[in-house]
Amino acid sequence: MSIRLDNISKQFGKFEALSPLSLDINNGEMIGLLGPSGSGKTTLLRIIAGLENANTGTIHFGDHDVTNVHVRERRVGFVFQNYALFRHMTVADNVAFGLQVMERALRPSPAEMSKRVKQLLEIVQLGHLAARYPEQLSGGQKQRIALARALATKPEVLLLDEPFGALDAKVRKDLRRWLRNLHDELGFTSVFVTHDQDEALELSDRVVVMSNGKIEQVDSPVELYAHPNSRFVFDFFGNVNQFKANWNNKHWQNGNAFILPPVAEATQKNGYLYVRSHELSLSKKANSQASLPCKVVAINPVGAEVRVELSPIGWDTTELWEAKLTHQVLNEQSFSRGDEVYATPQVGYFFADGVRGEPIILRWPFLAPGHLMFDI
Amino acid sequence: MSGSHAVSRPKHQRVLPGFAISLGVSLLFISLILLLPATGLVMQTKGMSLSEYWYVISDPRLVASYKVTVGSAFAASLFNGVFGLLLAWILVRYQFPGKRILDALVDLPFALPTAVAGITLATLYSSTGWLGNLLESIGIKVAYTPLGIIVAMAFTSIPFVVRTVQPVLEEISQEEEEAGMTLGASDWAVFWRVIMPSLRPALLVGVALSFTRSLGEFGAVIFIAGNMPYVSEITSLMIFVRLQEFDFPAASAIASVVLLTSLSLLLIINLWQGAYLRRIHGK
Repeated sequence: MSIRLDNISKQFGKFEALSPLSLDINNGEMIGLLGPSGSGKTTLLRIIAGLENANTGTIHFGDHDVTNVHVRERRVGFVFQNYALFRHMTVADNVAFGLQVMERALRPSPAEMSKRVKQLLEIVQLGHLAARYPEQLSGGQKQRIALARALATKPEVLLLDEPFGALDAKVRKDLRRWLRNLHDELGFTSVFVTHDQDEALELSDRVVVMSNGKIEQVDSPVELYAHPNSRFVFDFFGNVNQFKANWNNKHWQNGNAFILPPVAEATQKNGYLYVRSHELSLSKKANSQASLPCKVVAINPVGAEVRVELSPIGWDTTELWEAKLTHQVLNEQSFSRGDEVYATPQVGYFFADGVRGEPIILRWPFLAPGHLMFDI
Repeated sequence: MSGSHAVSRPKHQRVLPGFAISLGVSLLFISLILLLPATGLVMQTKGMSLSEYWYVISDPRLVASYKVTVGSAFAASLFNGVFGLLLAWILVRYQFPGKRILDALVDLPFALPTAVAGITLATLYSSTGWLGNLLESIGIKVAYTPLGIIVAMAFTSIPFVVRTVQPVLEEISQEEEEAGMTLGASDWAVFWRVIMPSLRPALLVGVALSFTRSLGEFGAVIFIAGNMPYVSEITSLMIFVRLQEFDFPAASAIASVVLLTSLSLLLIINLWQGAYLRRIHGK
């Protein structure tokens, strides 16, 4: 079932939770709503479910206008952040609830019902827990029961609010894959809310990045990574270093650090330069395209890479910089904690002040080899 | 961080005073303020033979008072079950001006001397009182009738229901109701299948406390009851009458009946609630 949101907005008193926004979700798609807390992502999910009414705009499920359809008639599956299992019912009764409250004419016979419950519990691989009560289950088990309960009435739309938020890392990873498989197998349309970018990128066909009640960008994970269209998106996806670039008619200056941009009018401005941590090289010498003196604060080997934390010397950043190097590079250069090094970007993303939209992508070195004063 | 030095504190050290002392002190106080008077009560009856005991407690006038007391207490606690739940519901679920005042008012029956409550209710519901006047015009007499007993009992015991239901209601997340709705349940089904089952143990305890309190209520009731033998006499009044006749054994015998009834009811409720919780938690 496709979902079309048109001009949806929501206010809580004077607080504007959602500015008018529109979004098309295709049939069978898995969409991640990603944003920091307070960005309006949960509100949007609840509006899709019908648990919250929008102040303006319309919602269509397929061709059907559901804007004023009550939550119980929208027939969506909803998985709550804290699972919201019914404490006084067994697992089997929880799963059967949606079937038991159906209108008499539509309600399956008791035999069919218990067959369906059994089947659902098998799908979530928890058939052996049918007689337990929710409080006797682990977080991951509760999550899967909540999912089975939501799927019992065969909804075509499944909505999940922070589905893995309360689980530990290992369980989270397993459940993520499992949910993705289930989604592909059963073919419903899913929308889930998360504040974890890894989760959004791993699970979604498309990611909706939100901030302050607005949609910042809607794109596939690959596109989002390659073409983040705003500073917010860049910041939010993390693993990125920020350089406040002040143009002084020669280069970008920040304290006693500088970066020389390629000669082009668009870059000869004040703005922000973003450098991904794996697109940053370190050297013990400065060079003519960039001089970013840093002190090595920490060296953390993580799997195949080494993360080097850098604190700027004589220039300002809001956060420490980070460079991701291979073990080989690190061995060749042999830094240790406390060393003074120079960072040099290989690829940078420049957002000029006052200009909206995608950044200008810069690649170094742009000077012909003969013009370099120092090696990079 | 582990190692042989990890366990350096003595094994039995706790923040609170030791089990032996706290249990000892608790038992002492329970004995002094609960068990001793109860034992005294039973001791008062020891001079009676079983047949004398039975004779005293099966006196027809007294039996009529049992019926009045139990019936009224039952009606009052049912009334409190419904309206106490409603009151707890609005206190937990809604925001409105004066909510804190209403919340405080709920405890008023506890704070007010019951005799004051009784006199006030009697005045209010008498045929010349504000409410009694109105009710009389539609043919309902409250003061000095069995209905008055119910009103007085309901008044003095409603906090029990509100205060036991309120915290449980606060604990039920709105998400459970919303989950019910997303699964297609009507408001009615959500209330009966989702909210009530979680609330039932607390509600039952509240109603049971309200009932036992009503069984023993004296001050508030006698001023409004009219106290007509066989019609509107409550058991506590009968105890009082025996006391005034200095017939302490008889008074104690009647009191022991009330005490036993209340205790067994509370015990049953307690056992039932324990079984329920064990089932839910699987222990």
